[in-house]
Amino acid sequence: MNGIFNYIDRKSPIHELTGATKLIVLILWSLAAMTTFDTRFLACLPVVALVLFFISGIRFSDVKFLLWFTFVFMVLNNVLIFIFSPEHGVSIYGTRTVLLEGVGRWTVTAEQLFYHLNVVLKYLATIPLVILFVSTTDPSEFASSLNRIGISYKAAYSVSLALRYIPDIQREFGEIMVSQQARGLEMASRKQSLVKRLTNASAMLFPLIISSMDRIEVIANAMELRGFGKNRKRTWYSSRPFRAADFAACGFSVLLMAVSLALNFVNGGRYFNPFI
Amino acid sequence: MTKKSPITVFVAIGIGAALFFVLGRFVAIPSPVPNTNISLQYGLLAFMAALFGPLAGALIAFIGHALIDFSYGWGVWWSWVIASAVAGLIMGVLTKKISLEKSFGKKQIITFNVSQVIAHLVAWVVVAPVLDILIYAEPANKVFVQGLVGGLANIVTTAIVGTLLAVAYNAAKPKAGSLRKEN
Repeated sequence: MNGIFNYIDRKSPIHELTGATKLIVLILWSLAAMTTFDTRFLACLPVVALVLFFISGIRFSDVKFLLWFTFVFMVLNNVLIFIFSPEHGVSIYGTRTVLLEGVGRWTVTAEQLFYHLNVVLKYLATIPLVILFVSTTDPSEFASSLNRIGISYKAAYSVSLALRYIPDIQREFGEIMVSQQARGLEMASRKQSLVKRLTNASAMLFPLIISSMDRIEVIANAMELRGFGKNRKRTWYSSRPFRAADFAACGFSVLLMAVSLALNFVNGGRYFNPFI
Repeated sequence: MTKKSPITVFVAIGIGAALFFVLGRFVAIPSPVPNTNISLQYGLLAFMAALFGPLAGALIAFIGHALIDFSYGWGVWWSWVIASAVAGLIMGVLTKKISLEKSFGKKQIITFNVSQVIAHLVAWVVVAPVLDILIYAEPANKVFVQGLVGGLANIVTTAIVGTLLAVAYNAAKPKAGSLRKEN
């Protein structure tokens, strides 16, 4: 489990926050970063995130791989945006300052570069926090946190079941794949046509589906026998009470959200426009 | 779908999300386009949505997709997670009349595929690009082309994998009146 979700068990003030708090902060922070395109605000968030990283005791080497992946994705997305719409910044900011006459319609304008800066900042504002959340929240505490923030416990339990059964299903699929390959079925080979590959994949999936259907029935019966779903509420083994730090963290994220919303009014729209 | 107890549906959501996650995260089938893999999980999603209904379809896709994004750690791309959930929801709604336990012949196969095509088109050509524009203010032509390419790939995958799973599952279920009295 820890292998899949990159949870790193350390002692730090961030690890000690309850899972529910971290989830609330993550959601409000993401929403705050999504609603506004104010460059100044977006530039502040990565700095705060960096401070949080420092407090959490997560080292750069722990998440190097994730950051590298993100970086490649970010560059790719920016290149795509530029290829498809080199004048997008101009249409957003309303002015056109040509910096470099490019080839064909691909002219470099200050507005376009500024828009790209905003896109990059959006990544930098949200991604470190997701990495932080994933590395400091124990997956087993995750389901109880969902219930704590108001999601029905049955849905929260589905998440818990999913996390519990991912390793089992992964192992089972591995076994099925190996035995089907031994019988001559292949799905990853480039030698076969796409349709053939997909047909073979279905033949590999089918045993997994049948065993999963049995699994669903067994688990559902066991839960029903224990009276799951009878009461409106349930308790969680891994839930912890809120402390002062939790309230402070929640308060801070509410503040972030408020600032983000306020900026929409101050700027008269979602964009901060330095060109007029 | 045939009526199921609510507990079974919630367990199916959990297991379905786990399957969706494993297929999306660890199973890579190379596609003709370099560096893109085929998302087998949408074939599974269509099958589960037809079997357990729209709520299951929506939540399996939402939880499974969000967990995939979380596990990569590159940030949760909410616009696409929500689009996945919409696809699962629509598949579940449009296949309500089909019962995979009973008959699944030519007519049902057509309904199943028409509904998955509608679901994928709405999700990837409408919901995902519109959310991308709203949240990330990306250029419209870029996100619509991305959505169209992704949507078409998913339609092909679902048409083959989803249909084969449903047919095989139906064949494996004993039918009413399938027992004969021996003389």
